[in-house]
Amino acid sequence: MSIQVEHVTKRFGTFTVLNDVSLHVQTGELIALLGPSGCGKTTLLRILAGLERPDEGKILLHGNEVTDRQITDRRVGFVFQHYALFRHMTVAENVSFGLRVLPKAQRPSPDKIQKKVNDLLALVQLQAMADRYPNQLSGGQRQRVALARALAVEPKMLLLDEPFGALDTKVRKELRRWLRRLHDELHITSILVTHDQEEALEAADRVVVMHQGRIEQAGTPEEVYEHPATPFVYRFLGDVNVFHGRIAHDETVHEEMERELPPGADSSGEHEVTFVRPHDLELSPTRTTTAQLEATVRFVIAAGSRVRIELMSKDSSQTIEVELTKERYRELKLRQGDVVFVHPKQQQTFRMPGPSSG
Amino acid sequence: MRPMALVLKQPSVLPGFGLTLGFALFYFSLIVLIPLSGLFIKTSTLTWSQFVHTVTEPRALASYRLTFGASFLGALINGFFGSVVAWVLVRYRFPGRSIVDALVDLPFALPTAVAGITLTAIYSSNGWIGQYLEPLGLKIAFTPLGVLVALTFIGLPFVVRTVQPVLQDLDKEVEEAATTLGASRWQTVRAVIMPELWPALLTGMAMAFARSVGEYGSVIFIAGNMPLKSEITPLLIMTKLEQYDYAGATALGVVMLVASFLLVLMINLLQWWSSSRHTAR
Repeated sequence: MSIQVEHVTKRFGTFTVLNDVSLHVQTGELIALLGPSGCGKTTLLRILAGLERPDEGKILLHGNEVTDRQITDRRVGFVFQHYALFRHMTVAENVSFGLRVLPKAQRPSPDKIQKKVNDLLALVQLQAMADRYPNQLSGGQRQRVALARALAVEPKMLLLDEPFGALDTKVRKELRRWLRRLHDELHITSILVTHDQEEALEAADRVVVMHQGRIEQAGTPEEVYEHPATPFVYRFLGDVNVFHGRIAHDETVHEEMERELPPGADSSGEHEVTFVRPHDLELSPTRTTTAQLEATVRFVIAAGSRVRIELMSKDSSQTIEVELTKERYRELKLRQGDVVFVHPKQQQTFRMPGPSSG
Repeated sequence: MRPMALVLKQPSVLPGFGLTLGFALFYFSLIVLIPLSGLFIKTSTLTWSQFVHTVTEPRALASYRLTFGASFLGALINGFFGSVVAWVLVRYRFPGRSIVDALVDLPFALPTAVAGITLTAIYSSNGWIGQYLEPLGLKIAFTPLGVLVALTFIGLPFVVRTVQPVLQDLDKEVEEAATTLGASRWQTVRAVIMPELWPALLTGMAMAFARSVGEYGSVIFIAGNMPLKSEITPLLIMTKLEQYDYAGATALGVVMLVASFLLVLMINLLQWWSSSRHTAR
């Protein structure tokens, strides 16, 4: 089922949670709504589910407007961050709940319900747990029960609100991959809300980055990661070094920006900010034509597949993070206190309104 | 397993178990056990046949029926309406909510005689409400119905105050989950909310019931106190005391005590069962 969100605005009191948000989701897609807490992603999800009502705008499911339709008519599966399982029901009773509350005419026979529950529990790999109560399960198991429960009613879209948010790193990694495989099997249009950029980039077909009630950028994981449309997206997706106007115009860093501008701001009151990912910075032991920003090595973190180096720029005392391959690190023979010269392999510059700050 | 079959004291890093246990037992004996055993000792001055005669005479039997029956009905009524009041207080924000919330405690705080006189004034045949009920054939004051009204009045806060915190803690997401799964409001209440609420509701009703059984002040004004008709057991005890029939009074007291204890125990077991049924086993 395709989902269309058109110019949706939602306010809680004077606070605008969603500001004119429009979004189209194709049938069978898995979309991640990514953003920091308070960016409105959960509210958008709840509006889609019918748990909240938008103040303005429309929701169309499969081309039909449902803005004012009841939740029960929407055929959505909703998975909550804190599972929201019925704790006085067994796992099997939880999963069959959606079938047991159907009107008598549509309700499957007890045998059919039983079979369906078994199939779903097999799908989430919890057959052995059918008679347990939720408080006898681990967090990851509970969330899988919640997912099976949501799938039991054969929803046309699946909405997941930070489903792995309350789990530890290892479990969430496993579950996220499992969810992706499950989606490839079932092809239910799914929207995953998360504040974890890794989760969004890994699981989703498309990532929608939200910030302060607006959509900042929507695109494939590769697009948003490699070509962030706004400074916010750049910052939110992975580590980044931020060079403000003063350094940006320091021709040593960016030759292409050798423009005659006063440091920090240009005539229109805007300033430029340049973003460089840690792995896009190259170090050289001597000053070259390209590498002219002088910095001192402060820390070296050599554990892991790549070596992370924290530098302090000589001119601005700003911290610069660099990521090198092990080979390059060994070549350079870097040690704490060494002086190096930095040069960006790839960077992106944004013009920002207002004076240079933060 | 330790060799000793009965280990009272679990090893704990926090000191003071012995002291607090000793004090708690001493206090409990002083306040509860000694007066209660006095009741039994006084009653034992009667012979068995005298005892049986006292506690089974028609007037006593009628009073038990009224006392326990009206208390039970009152607890049921409070169970339903008290839950509704608690629900409204927890779930909705409306002007004057905190005043209503405070008013719920009034039956606790009001001297019971004041409550009795007020209810009598309102429900008597020329009272505010009574005058409209009288033509309909409903007499409340000075009938068993009046006893029920008084007992319902004093029992309300017990149910509201036990149910309220549980409703407050109820996870709203669970209800939303039920709704997204297609459950109607009624199905959600029945299958999702009520199972969570039962233990607290039963406790509240048990407390309202226990309080009602012992209620004296508010009832005697509205009941009319006609023997065999609208006389409650506590009043019968008072009557016996006034006639210096102390042993007879304590005999009735023993019956009340044992019956109340059994009923409260039963409700506690029921509550324990309903709260443990769904959790770890």
